[in-house]
Amino acid sequence: MAGATTLKLGGDHAARFESRAATRETPLVKWTILAISLSFFALFLLMPLIAVFVEALRKGWDTYLAALIDPDALSAVKLTLLAAIVSVPLNLVFGVSAAWAIAKFEFRGKHFLITLIDLPFSVSPVIAGLIYVLVFGAQGWLGPWLAEHDIRIIFAVPGIVMATVFVTFPFIARELIPLMQAQGREEEEAAVVLGANGWQILWHVTLPNIKWGLLYGVILTNARAMGEFGAVSVVSGHIRGETNTLPLHVEILYNEYQFAGAFAVASLLAMLALVTLVIKNWVEYQAARSYRDQQDIPS
Amino acid sequence: MSTAKTNHVLPGFKLTLGYTLSYLSILVLVPLAAVFLKTSSLTLEQFWTVVTADRVLASYRLSFGASLLAAAINAVFGLMLAWALVRYSFPGKKLVDALIDLPFALPTAVAGIALTALYAKNGWLGKLLEPLGIEVAFKPLGILVALIFIGLPFVVRTVQPILEDLDTELEEAATSLGAQRWQTFWHVILPILFPALLTGFALAFARAVGEYGSVIFIAGNLPMVSEITPLMIITKLEQYDYTGATAIASVMLAFSFTLLLLINCLQAWTAKRTGRDR
Amino acid sequence: MSIQVRNIHKQFGNFTALDDISLDFPTGELVALLGPSGCGKTTLLRIIAGLEQADSGSVLLDGADASATHVRERQVGFVFQHYALFRHMTVYDNVAFGMRMKARGQRPSEAKIRDKVHELLNLVQLEWLADRFPSQLSGGQRQRIALARALAVEPRVLLLDEPFGALDAKVRKELRRWLRKLHDELHITSIFVTHDQEEALEVADRVVLMDHGHVEQIGTPEEVYRHPATPFVYSFLGAVNLFHGRVDGDDLRVGEDTLAHDRRDLDHGAEVVAFARPHELEIVVDPQSTAGIAARINRVLSFGVTARIELDGVNGSTGQHFEVELTREQVKELALADGQLVRLLPSRLKVFEQPGAQA
Repeated sequence: MAGATTLKLGGDHAARFESRAATRETPLVKWTILAISLSFFALFLLMPLIAVFVEALRKGWDTYLAALIDPDALSAVKLTLLAAIVSVPLNLVFGVSAAWAIAKFEFRGKHFLITLIDLPFSVSPVIAGLIYVLVFGAQGWLGPWLAEHDIRIIFAVPGIVMATVFVTFPFIARELIPLMQAQGREEEEAAVVLGANGWQILWHVTLPNIKWGLLYGVILTNARAMGEFGAVSVVSGHIRGETNTLPLHVEILYNEYQFAGAFAVASLLAMLALVTLVIKNWVEYQAARSYRDQQDIPS
Repeated sequence: MSTAKTNHVLPGFKLTLGYTLSYLSILVLVPLAAVFLKTSSLTLEQFWTVVTADRVLASYRLSFGASLLAAAINAVFGLMLAWALVRYSFPGKKLVDALIDLPFALPTAVAGIALTALYAKNGWLGKLLEPLGIEVAFKPLGILVALIFIGLPFVVRTVQPILEDLDTELEEAATSLGAQRWQTFWHVILPILFPALLTGFALAFARAVGEYGSVIFIAGNLPMVSEITPLMIITKLEQYDYTGATAIASVMLAFSFTLLLLINCLQAWTAKRTGRDR
Repeated sequence: MSIQVRNIHKQFGNFTALDDISLDFPTGELVALLGPSGCGKTTLLRIIAGLEQADSGSVLLDGADASATHVRERQVGFVFQHYALFRHMTVYDNVAFGMRMKARGQRPSEAKIRDKVHELLNLVQLEWLADRFPSQLSGGQRQRIALARALAVEPRVLLLDEPFGALDAKVRKELRRWLRKLHDELHITSIFVTHDQEEALEVADRVVLMDHGHVEQIGTPEEVYRHPATPFVYSFLGAVNLFHGRVDGDDLRVGEDTLAHDRRDLDHGAEVVAFARPHELEIVVDPQSTAGIAARINRVLSFGVTARIELDGVNGSTGQHFEVELTREQVKELALADGQLVRLLPSRLKVFEQPGAQA
């Protein structure tokens, strides 16, 4: 299901198609397709992005900066970073581990396991939040026990972190599984024959081969962890300065009609998205380059 | 989930599979079981009453209808966009290609308020549409716009690699046999792209049905008119009606599972048709 | 129908694929474009088909300039190297494709299409596969279906790009014979591209040898094999032994050794390269002899019908390797042993002048 987010290695192929009589369209058709598709792109993707920055600066730089250094905004930044710092490493270990088991071994129920890993992609984030409320909430399974021991999970930081981990756990695994499957196990088996132990194989053979895919997965995980709204919204309780992440802070400001402030904080998140896209493209470029280099090795 | 009889040469099978299963159990399986257990505390009749209440039914119609429509629109324009990105050179192509993923990277809440600002009556686009009598923000049409935004990359990114890998020889063969360009597209290219296009459509649809963040700002959230199903769950939760929320959630979950299964089958089909299964 | 190409030039970036090529392909012949990869043969074929455009020059079909005609209207049958069968269509639908794509007015009825498809599947002897999908066919079967599909639109010429390239050796031999037979039945002007000299010599009426975007030689298989026009042709068509030397009257000086030659037209001192095929070399075991080239036997391979002797050059030709083909009887008679010092005497020597080359 993560098909739409996997690392792509394609370069620009347009010249190949445009230079051949049988694979090009008449200029009229070409320009019509370009005009329609690029207008669609501008209308639905480009304009919302521009709108964020324009709205953020509508009331000038002073308001903009004031919204960013507001104590509630700063605490939201901290909580957002915390959620990402916890979920990225956890899901990294999970992703490598799951991909190792799935790609290097045969066992029954493998397809079911892969489907299970895909689950957060198709489950509504609202439901992702709800399931933790049902387990840890005041009326949940563990609610009474938690209340007795004065442990707060729902409407507190642990709940936010858990919901974030849930919505982001497939990204790295889903990136690595096809990559490691394609690479097969020959290199690892060679390492075993040469006397390497499990950790040595992982560190010296497998990880160098999957590093770009791994990095790609980490970037996607991080972006989603910092930007998650629905799941976090359900478990947060919206306590200002305590259980608000940046996206939730945006919502609160917006609902209080502090539009400039809401967009100022939103612009911070939009910049995060742009940085994510830049790094993502850089990784794609690097991966394509190392892939090409490997192809060039004369056999 | 027993292991095959083969003797594993590589180490770490038990460790990694064990860890994977434990992690999934704690994070996913146990909490999910909670949903169904909670639901089973209702009698069938109670359950039926909750999930078929008028307001809930209206939300299904809206969520599924708007999601289907958005996915269909994305299938058409996403295909065109993928085609343009693969087949044509134009200035700014790299930038367009990179920004296609924006909906994956941009937090949904940000998308939601940005779209609302654009389509509100005094927004850049709302201003243009108002004289035409078209209202987008705070109407079901706004939901459609938000769902188009979040679904677009799914179609483009599933179709694009297939289009790139497409053997030019196939089109040349069709042309040398006398086929017109549109005939080649219709009889040769589209059948090859179709499974991928359908997969992209299904992915966009699945994502749209569950979408919350980008929709609630622009939707208006009027009961019976512009209330999506995920919002129904939140509303019930806010009224401390946990059982009601859970019942609706279980309906959505059942739907998600089915769609997920369908998508996996579709992807297998794509692999088969495009020869990527070798 | 005849095909002529006139002064074709094609450039890919800095790489000249075709440099001023002019060729005539007479009606009804089966011609092979033969050369190493990158020699421009496939590019030439694609330009004739209209799949690629030449930078300059023209393609004439039946005397009429077709350079501006789109592939679609050229009525050429093209068989692709990897067949390019439509994998989502059955064999039947693949073959029927071209007829179904015709404009409504010219499109045959489904009944006519059915007859034609079955006729063609009969021709390629695969009628029983009509309902299969390409993925269910073997390589050889796909190749024949691709040919049937190309023939379905009744092309004026048939162009085949490495038609046997993707097949294993045994199937390739069979299909080679089959294609020749098919051509004898249909007599459609055909051009096929290959890098395999044996294939070209065995199947074609006429062979066009190409290298680096130039035509090196045109002729019947017999002509090009017996009388290679250039060193390239000589070494491309089969195994050769070559000797670099200098003309010295009636002799060629090769290092410290000499060879006789019959090129009276060469100037004294001219740098030359001389060729002899493995079966055109004799082995002289007499230690007193001074004729021919000194060499040391490295290995005698005598498992086939003929025996092959591998030798290393000594004296002036140190570091060079030679190969001689003898009958097993001859090997026995000569009592050749590994490490033995012998002399090589060509029974036939082809000498080319090679200005500026190092002897």
